[in-house]
Amino acid sequence: MPVFTGPSVLAVTLLMAFPVAYTLYMSAHSWFASSLTSPQFVGLGNFRRAFVEDDRFRNALWLTVYFTGLATLLQLMLGVAIALVLNRPFRGKGLVRSIFLLPMVATPVAIALVWMMMYNPTLGVMNYLVGLVGLGPYKWVSNAAVVVPALVIVDTWEWTPLITLITLAGLATLPIEPYESALIDGASSAQMFWRITLPLLRPTIIVALLFRAIDCLKTFDIIYVMTQGGPGFASETLNVYTFQVGLFYFHIGYASSLLVILFALVLGVSLLLIKVRRGAW
Amino acid sequence: MISVSKGRRDRVNPWTYMLLVLLLVPFLFPLGWMFLSSLKTQVQNTAFPPVWVFVPTLSNYREVFQKNPFFTFTVNSLVVALGSTGLALLLGLPGAYAIARFRRTGIALGILTARMAPGIGYLIPWFILFTKAKMIDTYTALILTHLIVALPLVLWVMMGFFEDVPGDLIESARIDGCTHWQAFLRIAIPLAKPGIVATGILAFIFSWNNFLFSLIVAGFKTRTLPIAVYSFLSYEEINWGGLTAAATVITLPVLLLALLVQKHIVRGLTLGALKG
Repeated sequence: MPVFTGPSVLAVTLLMAFPVAYTLYMSAHSWFASSLTSPQFVGLGNFRRAFVEDDRFRNALWLTVYFTGLATLLQLMLGVAIALVLNRPFRGKGLVRSIFLLPMVATPVAIALVWMMMYNPTLGVMNYLVGLVGLGPYKWVSNAAVVVPALVIVDTWEWTPLITLITLAGLATLPIEPYESALIDGASSAQMFWRITLPLLRPTIIVALLFRAIDCLKTFDIIYVMTQGGPGFASETLNVYTFQVGLFYFHIGYASSLLVILFALVLGVSLLLIKVRRGAW
Repeated sequence: MISVSKGRRDRVNPWTYMLLVLLLVPFLFPLGWMFLSSLKTQVQNTAFPPVWVFVPTLSNYREVFQKNPFFTFTVNSLVVALGSTGLALLLGLPGAYAIARFRRTGIALGILTARMAPGIGYLIPWFILFTKAKMIDTYTALILTHLIVALPLVLWVMMGFFEDVPGDLIESARIDGCTHWQAFLRIAIPLAKPGIVATGILAFIFSWNNFLFSLIVAGFKTRTLPIAVYSFLSYEEINWGGLTAAATVITLPVLLLALLVQKHIVRGLTLGALKG
């Protein structure tokens, strides 16, 4: 049906295939976005430079893995736990679900701004709140040692609801028979959770994990607005570093090879998780 | 614990409500704090310990609209969001229908991969092209870059909705002499209408919230709301009341829109991986 698919395939190709081809081409070149000199072919030189010479790249790579690992793990545990609570019978389910949607759709710049205010080292409400339980005060995003966990908290606030809602959808489709026979056999609710619910939910949870891991690897808005990769380079993830290299220093060739690496990372996670998911079935 | 809740729906454990409140408060707090701060004076916003009870003032909102061309930013955001959403629906609906109806899984996988690629990968080439074509700071360039997000979203999410349209209905329309186009326009589109509305709203929200693309492609003339708020941040003395008022003005429409399509939002946010 060329009449149907034609326009959209053409648009997707123009919008997306051109940049992909351009990025692949540029990743083998050195070019400073200047009209005076044309791109110089360097082969795999950009990749060699990244892995062998560029400390800032290695730092960014590590921070990306650290941020993604911490955020996905935290969101997964919290998200599933909250879903189990929301799955209990209570009145006002619709309202509660609506409230959980809000962090995901709120404008990221606005979210980043509010958290910056809350994280303010001297006047912020976060230090007041943790002070109530005898913790802190922390410098949050201004301290190199805690900036990544502080950003993970923001991402977790924003995206745990996604895991919760996906898990809730999964819980709604669980068959009732295994629980009935477990009840007859005298199983405790903890046993039922670990032996029945969790294994049955595994495919759902892995889908949720896949989505979060991929998006965490690419997190940009909140990090850029709140820290711009700082203090120093303490929160400069691969995406933020690539942005600086490409659109601040205009090293287009090098930025393109960093993008290839980031995309390989994203693709790797997707393939890995798809494989795990297939194994689970 | 699951089976008990499934078996006896009528019995509500009072502890559940306690737990719910404990869970909901942290998720509501930042948005609530944003709204509260927007109603405070600068003195109240910089007080420590924080002020919880105060006489609300609307002066921050007045100031935001008076001191800044906030109306222009809003118009810019609206033009770009409506433009990219409209274009994405126009291009994407027939495509999604064809993919669903004629099982073009190859195309579908390509779209998913395109969605997974980092946004900056699209931004840099387009930025260079737009710079050469002197198109930076134009609505056209902004709408095109926002389409990079909106089109795959429409294609992927609508694919699922069109799959739900009973094939028998389309078949019988075809037997009655409808062309593919007529079957699409007269049967598939009306039946998928709730999905189209939800997808359109989602595409609008993504464009309205977009930071990365607008940061680079928008200029003084086409500056959208998120970029405007971001630029307020760089002032030397941060006026928290004004900033949170601006943040509230940006976020409120999106929150209201999201509540309208909440049933379909998870499906949209996961690009249709889950129906429900």
